[in-house]
Amino acid sequence: MELLRKPVSIVWAALMLATIASTWLLSNNAVTPEVATVAIMLIAALKVRFVIRHFMEVRRAPLALQFVCDGWLLAVTALILTVYLL
Amino acid sequence: MSPETDTQFVSVGDPKRRLPGVEGVWVFVMADMTVFAVMFGSFMLGRHHNPALFEASRHALNPNFGGVNTLILLTSSWFAALALDAVRKSRFALAQRFIGGAFLCGLAFAVSKAIEYTEKLNAGISLLTNDFFMYYFTLTGIHLFHVVAGNVVLAVLWFKARSRSFDPQRPVVLECGAIYWHMVDLLWIILFPLLYLVR
Repeated sequence: MELLRKPVSIVWAALMLATIASTWLLSNNAVTPEVATVAIMLIAALKVRFVIRHFMEVRRAPLALQFVCDGWLLAVTALILTVYLL
Repeated sequence: MSPETDTQFVSVGDPKRRLPGVEGVWVFVMADMTVFAVMFGSFMLGRHHNPALFEASRHALNPNFGGVNTLILLTSSWFAALALDAVRKSRFALAQRFIGGAFLCGLAFAVSKAIEYTEKLNAGISLLTNDFFMYYFTLTGIHLFHVVAGNVVLAVLWFKARSRSFDPQRPVVLECGAIYWHMVDLLWIILFPLLYLVR
């Protein structure tokens, strides 16, 4: 139980729930393809940011590394969504 | 380095901020992630030029495989983070179990991918079927190579934990291995929706 109260375990639980939501709920036909795709990719970007900050411990790293990681994530997300919405 | 310059070096910047692992591993990780970013962009451009083909081909994929594989890698990453936490508290036996857990999850991912590839090949789908499957096999294949390499790294770390050869104050080797393993996880977090869910 001590294990599940660790911040890293809470992050893991949130990532698992987000994965279940985007894989098995958002991917059905309840919403338009555009809304579902944009939502799924934004959730993925948020998950990646959690992995970078909490698992890779970038939140405690020098700011330069945080900027590089956020820059990569922003560029990748923007690239995917821009080409998708073209 | 003299003690004086050493003190000066430490006093630069915020003392609470510290680079996990070593600079080299971050250079490697960022270079690898940049290559993947280019491949993600290339896939999206391919999709943009032929949306009907990509959408029809996507339906041949089973999102349950991709979703379960994401859950497996996230859990593996969690075990790696817990192992690092355990080593920092000098709990080497516990760290060894967590590294073992991360390794088994990595193995489960590889087995699941092998089943998925076999299913596709048996259905007559290969790298040469069309542009979508060229991207599918290439991107997931390169990623799978990273998973297998990560499993080798985890196996080495497991033995290192068993011989207690980490410094609890600064377990640099374990930090580097964990950073690489988390990168493998985060690349899959993007690759999975890109191939299986974008419609």
